[in-house]
Amino acid sequence: MLNIGNMTFESNLFLGTGKYKDAKTQLQAVEASETEVLTFAVRRMNLFDSSQPDPFEQMDVSRYRLLPNTAGAKTAEEAVRTAKLAEAANMCDMIKVEVIGCDKTLLPDPVETLRASEELLNEGFTVLAYTSDDVVLARKLQELGVHAVMPGASPIGTGLGIINPYNLSHIIEQAEVPVIVDAGIGSPKDAAYAMELGADGILLNTAVSGAGDPVKMAEAMKLAVRAGALGAEAGRIDKKFYAQASSPLGGLSI
Amino acid sequence: MQITLNGQLQNIENSKTVADLLEELQIAHKKTVVERNGTIVIEEFHEREGLMDGDRIEIIHFVGGG
Repeated sequence: MLNIGNMTFESNLFLGTGKYKDAKTQLQAVEASETEVLTFAVRRMNLFDSSQPDPFEQMDVSRYRLLPNTAGAKTAEEAVRTAKLAEAANMCDMIKVEVIGCDKTLLPDPVETLRASEELLNEGFTVLAYTSDDVVLARKLQELGVHAVMPGASPIGTGLGIINPYNLSHIIEQAEVPVIVDAGIGSPKDAAYAMELGADGILLNTAVSGAGDPVKMAEAMKLAVRAGALGAEAGRIDKKFYAQASSPLGGLSI
Repeated sequence: MQITLNGQLQNIENSKTVADLLEELQIAHKKTVVERNGTIVIEEFHEREGLMDGDRIEIIHFVGGG
């Protein structure tokens, strides 16, 4: 169970809608993932090209909570405008504040992310802030009142997995709002690992849409997120330097 | 009447309102948001929001993303 703002989710997996090879594959992957939250982007329409795909063409979007992102924004003002556009179309249950500050790494601009988050909170949005794995920044976003912090595992689209589990653990430990690990997830082990570290959820896109079989990978991610969450609840054993026999040493017949 | 439509100068002859424009562009059935001169025009006002020469109109929609 995951609570964000006034919403409750059974699934801890949020799914992006970018870069699927066709609408049918996307639809099947979304179904297989059992996600309740879909992410997408807000863009100027290309009026002179009617062949543009519509990510929701075959989908009943009323079945999902919608989490548009502000991707493309480089300033707080641009992010706020994007959020308001999505809201005006009734396509915004929550807003993913994403203000990129570096074209090469696509890492977020911390100052503009804070400014955009503050403005959107003042406007009454349910704000999920995409951030780097910076512990202090995550805390400051939380102090502003964001409804969830979304630290990246590694840069967007790299599939490098969790490159700083130490920072991520600190972000999780200090968190008073849900922590959704967003970006950089490469394979199911990364998703399971993030959940084992205590994350409340995972947002991923390319790991599924770019997989050899996106539908199968969507199911794998669903199971990995579940496995990691169960493992975290169960509590793992301590790591030891020396071997400890699993079978009893007494009663040997030889 | 000449307007700037998604960054391109366009001559619009038949559209008097935002609603007309969406019809003329054959996108009235699609999920879009319209800005006129930087201000969002919500759907219920499309029929009464008149267009004027020199307007900057932005038509926004939703695309796949993560």
